[in-house]
Amino acid sequence: MSVSASTIPAAAWRADFPALNQEIQGHPLVYLDSAASAQQPTAVIDAVSKYHREDHANVHRGVHTLSHRATEAYEGSRDKVRDFINAGSRAEIVLTSGTTEAINLVAQSFCRPRLQPGDRILITHLEHHANIVPWQLVCEQTGAELVVAPINDQGEVELDTMLDLIDAKVVLVAMAHVSNALGTVCPVEAVIARARECGVPVLLDGAQGVPHLDIDVQKIGCDFYAFSGHKMFGPTGTGVLYGREALLEAMPPWQGGGDMILEVSFDETIYNELPYKFEAGTPNISGVVGLGAAIDYLQAIGMQNIARYEHELHDYMVSELKTVEGIRLIGEARNQASAQSFMLGDIHSHDLGTILDHQGVAIRTVHLCSMPLMQRFGISGTSRASLALYNNREDVDHFVAALGKAQEIFG
Amino acid sequence: METARDMQDLYRELVLDHSRNPRHFGRLDGATHTADGINPLCGDKLKLYLRVDEQGLIEASGFEGSGCAISVASASLLTEAVTGLPVDEADACASVVTRRLGASNAETDTDTDLGTNLQKLKALDGVRAYPSRIKCATLAWFALHSALSNDTAPATTE
Repeated sequence: MSVSASTIPAAAWRADFPALNQEIQGHPLVYLDSAASAQQPTAVIDAVSKYHREDHANVHRGVHTLSHRATEAYEGSRDKVRDFINAGSRAEIVLTSGTTEAINLVAQSFCRPRLQPGDRILITHLEHHANIVPWQLVCEQTGAELVVAPINDQGEVELDTMLDLIDAKVVLVAMAHVSNALGTVCPVEAVIARARECGVPVLLDGAQGVPHLDIDVQKIGCDFYAFSGHKMFGPTGTGVLYGREALLEAMPPWQGGGDMILEVSFDETIYNELPYKFEAGTPNISGVVGLGAAIDYLQAIGMQNIARYEHELHDYMVSELKTVEGIRLIGEARNQASAQSFMLGDIHSHDLGTILDHQGVAIRTVHLCSMPLMQRFGISGTSRASLALYNNREDVDHFVAALGKAQEIFG
Repeated sequence: METARDMQDLYRELVLDHSRNPRHFGRLDGATHTADGINPLCGDKLKLYLRVDEQGLIEASGFEGSGCAISVASASLLTEAVTGLPVDEADACASVVTRRLGASNAETDTDTDLGTNLQKLKALDGVRAYPSRIKCATLAWFALHSALSNDTAPATTE
């Protein structure tokens, strides 16, 4: 289902998020930090609460009723995730603590056994630290080389250069679907097409993709897709690694413990089947229940409707920001989603963040977990406003007015 | 405006003045003591320089680096405050200032009373209402303490 942007009932969406209905320092909260962590709708809060009140027990273990209910709810969420990103099978949905754990899993279980000195992992210059440091670690462990594809001044991946860097020496390409710092929607289709030709698997860091785009992993054609629950209106401590079944099947477990085994003796342990092989220990059951509720919520609205609404709002925010004297936009990619980074005169972003908070406006400041990207733009930090489905034009207007106040104070 | 007034408690004129025109900014020639200060949360980075004479007096100080208005102003005020002080007094200042800025507003100021040479540092008291900003204000003072304690051979002949 899709409707035109003007008839989208965004005001009703906003009312679904109780945390937004409060004042900060005497001003209505304007939450523009969803790229760091999104607020949760009542449906998610209630699902988690109901689980704790009525259904909690450990999963995959007991014969009793509560354990059965908890297992149904937990595994039900896995099915919802599969449907949400259109994975081919539930065996391809590994539940993790977040994007970071999902990427580390691939680094240690997929890459580490394969990497030889001289092999390469290819990333881009706009990655979040979570898509840099796990690769640095595995490169240190194996003698492989981390290669970084450049970006241009607009904050877009230099595609031709990146495609040229993909060859048989590359064991994995790992790149953001959407940049957390710049909002750039990356040209993943072209990268995947080229990687396919060379037989190189591709991991997408989808932490900022999933909340804003309609994701179909089979259509995208990636081999791994990692994302977090809390950036898509679910609880913190939840995340997903989608992996192509044949790849996951060939990978060794990455953590040992309960639930990931079929049979244990001191001589030999037989690992559980997919996806449980990668889920050692008692998982974040209530969080995953909440993640399932978040997916229900998003699917009821429709990701295409969300994307269309946010795109229009992002355009409005950028055009309003451009009217602010002394503003410098960091990242002006042709295709952006949700986030916009900027600097205001020579006001340090930490000062700006405090002044805006004083007017109820929550933004992210300084390095945005992307220090190499900041270095690329020759700055030590920036400020970022990020939009979600519950934001509206009044939020943008408050935000722009608050920037004016900051200029008054710093004259 | 209420907002503007509240914010002016944090960004007082003296703080804004020192952040816009930091005193003793730049590398100090002939420094006998240096220390780096890094606040990774907010990206403040500074290097503090001291030149201590043979009597153990700080005859010159300076700093360079980048950071928010609070951290730059605090470092600038530090260089004004400690120049001319004996090193032990300067170190004592570091401890008084960091304790004062970290103290809650509810506490009395008697334990962290600023001596006459530190009166200007009261301009930074506004950070006490902003827990996320206290480290910005104390960074230079921690750097002062580490500059004075790391180098065990200051130029004192006594």
